[in-house]
Amino acid sequence: MSSNKKKQAELIEEISGVNPLKCMKCGKCSATCPSYNEMDIKPHQFVSYVINEDVESLVNSKSLWKCLSCFACVERCPRDVKPGKLIDAARQMVVRQRNNTYLSPDEIPELLDPELPQQLLVSAFRRYRR
Amino acid sequence: MKYSYYPGCTLRTKAKDLDDYARASARVLGFELEEVEDWQCCGGVYPLGTDEIATKLSSVRALNAAKEKNQELVTICSACHHVIKRVNDDMKNVEDICTRANNYMELDTPYKGETKVLHYLEVLRDRVGFDELKKKVVNPLKGKKIGAYYGCLLLRPGKLLEFDNPENPKIMEDFIRAIGAEPVIYPYRNECCGGYISLKEKDMAKSMCDKITESAEGFGADMLITACPLCMYNLNKSSAKKIPVYYFTELLAEALGVKEVQAS
Amino acid sequence: MQRIGVFVCHCGSNIAATVDVSKVAEMALMEPGVVHAEDYQYMCSEAGQAKIADAIHEKKLTGIVVCSCSPRMHEATFRKAAERAGLNPYMVEIANIREHCSWIHKDMEEATKKAVILMRAAVAKVNLNTPLQPGESRVTKRALIIGGGIAGIQTALDIADAGYEVDIVEKTPSIGGRMSQLDKTFPTLDCSACILTPKMVEASAHEKIKIYTYSEVENVSGFVGDFTVDIRKKARSVDMDKCTGCGVCQEKCPSKKAPSEFNRGLNNRSAIYTPFAQAIPNVPVIDREACIKFKTGKCGICSKVCQAGAIDYEQKDEIITEKYGAIVVATGFDTINLDKYDEYAYSQSKDVITSLELERVMNAAGPTHGHLERLSDGKAPKEMVFIQCVGSRCSDDRGKPYCSKICCMYTAKHAMLIRDKYPDVNVTVFYIDVRTPGKNFDEFYRRAVEQYGVNYIKGQVGKVIPQPNGKLLVQGSDLLDNRQILKEADMVVLATAIEPNPDVRKIATMLTASIDTNNFLTEAHAKLRPVESPTAGIFLSGVCQGPKDIPETVAQAGAAAVKAIGLLAKDKLMTNPCTAHSDELLCNGCSTCENVCPYGAITYEDKEVNDHGIREVRRLAVVNSALCQGCGACTVACPSGAMDLQGFSNRQIIAEVDAICR
Repeated sequence: MSSNKKKQAELIEEISGVNPLKCMKCGKCSATCPSYNEMDIKPHQFVSYVINEDVESLVNSKSLWKCLSCFACVERCPRDVKPGKLIDAARQMVVRQRNNTYLSPDEIPELLDPELPQQLLVSAFRRYRR
Repeated sequence: MKYSYYPGCTLRTKAKDLDDYARASARVLGFELEEVEDWQCCGGVYPLGTDEIATKLSSVRALNAAKEKNQELVTICSACHHVIKRVNDDMKNVEDICTRANNYMELDTPYKGETKVLHYLEVLRDRVGFDELKKKVVNPLKGKKIGAYYGCLLLRPGKLLEFDNPENPKIMEDFIRAIGAEPVIYPYRNECCGGYISLKEKDMAKSMCDKITESAEGFGADMLITACPLCMYNLNKSSAKKIPVYYFTELLAEALGVKEVQAS
Repeated sequence: MQRIGVFVCHCGSNIAATVDVSKVAEMALMEPGVVHAEDYQYMCSEAGQAKIADAIHEKKLTGIVVCSCSPRMHEATFRKAAERAGLNPYMVEIANIREHCSWIHKDMEEATKKAVILMRAAVAKVNLNTPLQPGESRVTKRALIIGGGIAGIQTALDIADAGYEVDIVEKTPSIGGRMSQLDKTFPTLDCSACILTPKMVEASAHEKIKIYTYSEVENVSGFVGDFTVDIRKKARSVDMDKCTGCGVCQEKCPSKKAPSEFNRGLNNRSAIYTPFAQAIPNVPVIDREACIKFKTGKCGICSKVCQAGAIDYEQKDEIITEKYGAIVVATGFDTINLDKYDEYAYSQSKDVITSLELERVMNAAGPTHGHLERLSDGKAPKEMVFIQCVGSRCSDDRGKPYCSKICCMYTAKHAMLIRDKYPDVNVTVFYIDVRTPGKNFDEFYRRAVEQYGVNYIKGQVGKVIPQPNGKLLVQGSDLLDNRQILKEADMVVLATAIEPNPDVRKIATMLTASIDTNNFLTEAHAKLRPVESPTAGIFLSGVCQGPKDIPETVAQAGAAAVKAIGLLAKDKLMTNPCTAHSDELLCNGCSTCENVCPYGAITYEDKEVNDHGIREVRRLAVVNSALCQGCGACTVACPSGAMDLQGFSNRQIIAEVDAICR
């Protein structure tokens, strides 16, 4: 069990290319995040979840679907930790392994409107499902 | 001067204006945009995972096509620019990605990030020059106070995009000056519009765009300009917004006197 | 044939736990020339040294190998011990079986094998060692201090009080440095000028101290005890002997648009100026870039109003060449450029300032005459936010990886002073960690919280957002409450990282003193020689060596002075005999060695040689052994093998390599 947890955490580090131990817990990512209030696990907490090998909570987190990939945390992180990449790696684990996606084709029609750019659909599909 | 040109999906559909005005203006400014043959959609978002290869191949194909023509590759849409520029950086600097992508591509000569990727605004700044642009303006947009909306994708991560100072950019402001208008600097110009979140979390995107438009209006902007169709879409959904949003190429075409020609 | 003794140290368990020391001693006896070998628990102890002395006498040893720790640690100890027993100290070699062996290996068998090999190499070398005699060089009994801030002033005073001549070279028009820009000092809140000015006056009045302001060190040659230094005295355009310091010229000067360096560019000064009222010397300089007379040829008002006739537009830079025995670097610091931190809106808003700028704002002689007000509109602030660690502790390429050390304390000071003088102003501090080690330091910080009600929030700020109404919206983290904060402020103060004065690179190059990746000067030993540069005769005072506050700077300044005095007190210095020399018959005159020598010790001369009966004049390398530091760069660069280093000859090195490869 615990070795599985460890593997999951290592997988996150591998996919993201992030070393969570570089974090000094300054909170600048959370200070900078435009989605902060929508997130259950806050950007700065992602690092400790990976260090504590609690990937389970991460992949079940609402935050995965609230991150905008705006890279503000990546840009401003003074330790080059790039929390946004950790969040994306967790999101990847969900859409890759469980076939558990955040967007199903059935719900698309009601989300559409005449002005909606193609780019939005393409991007959302890339982020939300495999 | 001829450039390879990657329009991307939205400039062929919902954002035709953005494309048309860019081409018309290019003719006046003395450069040509030669569309990459059989280009494929970039995917809209850069795949962050270090093990993502297949999702980057469409960008590699466009990049390689430009390389084979020995041309620089020009983009307009912020998302396409972001994706292609970053994939190019991977091909140049990340050996593992480069090798694996080339294994798929089976090119005669492997692609190793040789192509230079330029955003249309960079062509105006670095190739045409804003001073030259200014000379070609026949219809200066005098008295207009314009807020540049950069969003995230053109600027961040600053180290890779190398577009401008990500926290205090000036390329769009210089552009606004060159077409005879007055730039309005407001602090939310590099904050996110919500991006793809607006498909499912419409309220989140709306509240972000409200902050942006309120800030721009508060500092006295009459209008906003953007390079990105998704930013345009999201900003237009802002409930607080009282000012219009234009593609930067539309104002460029107007200043160069080719807007009407284009519309007809 | 040498008679060599090998002494293997256990270093308690440091070596003996990993290396079979008796085996090493046993193996040593099989080496050529070795007539004695033993191991002992602590070779560096008095008993250990006595064993070496006894063996020298009893076995008539001519050479010694000590297998122990790094030669940096105890080479000198063992050489002295051998010398006392009548052996030439250069007949002693160290095999480093601790740092190079026991500390870095775990397997005893392998480590022992390696220790034996290291011992063999040292024995092979000693077999070729020859007794060397150090030379002597003289000591010029005068010290040079580069930088006239509190560090330089204190070092100068301490050296001068010991009776030695000291010159201070200061780049700006006055001594005083950063400390003169500060309003109050922590943790006692005394006025900075009140405690600094007396020191400045004392230095300027001291009969042993000469001060060159508006001057820079231009060239340094020579070596410990005997440096020759060129000092450029920049043209002041004012005759220092005639000027009475009345100040009329500054009042009447019509060019008043030059940014005041002293006030960090927050207001302007005249083209002819003294940086501040208590400046020493109280003699203005003309900033020729800003002066109308120099720019257009017209004006000359200062000259007309000067009753003393001190204005001299024709004055030129002057180069003074002076000899020194010791040089102390005290070049200090500056705050980093904030161009890469535009998320804090420093360049977008006048109401976002650095802490050093706040010092000027709080100071009665500053741009707002000591009133706390916004620089944009002069209004009194109601909400102030301080942001810590701006550019410090960053491992990205924007900031500095180190902690600037002084910010936590000066921010607590600022917060307290503001709450004391303006009780209606709320003060919030965003911090990552509050670091307050030091006497009465944490108590000071707690006073800010408990007595003055300063609001400390643990979390960094992400962005400062200027508002259309002129206020600043501060978006930050509150990590303890787990929330994102949006706080409206009237002023934001950035605890900006400090960095060594940018001139230090140039100065370090001139002095061949090493600097680290952050441009701080490197000390000879981080713990045991903290105020000396590895380059002999160069000493370090103040922030040029690393971030520190005023009490630490003053303490270090005193320590640097003591080290310099220790040098100046000597009449002669022993020179290192391990210097390079060139074989005249092998030298081909190519200049390669001259080009690689970092000390300028090699020159070329035309000399007559007798090459197997052929007499001719050749261009040959000549080493000045007084300048040579024995680094060996020339010996490896020399293509013809003419250069050799005494004590580390090519033969000796090859013998070591052979022994290792055997």
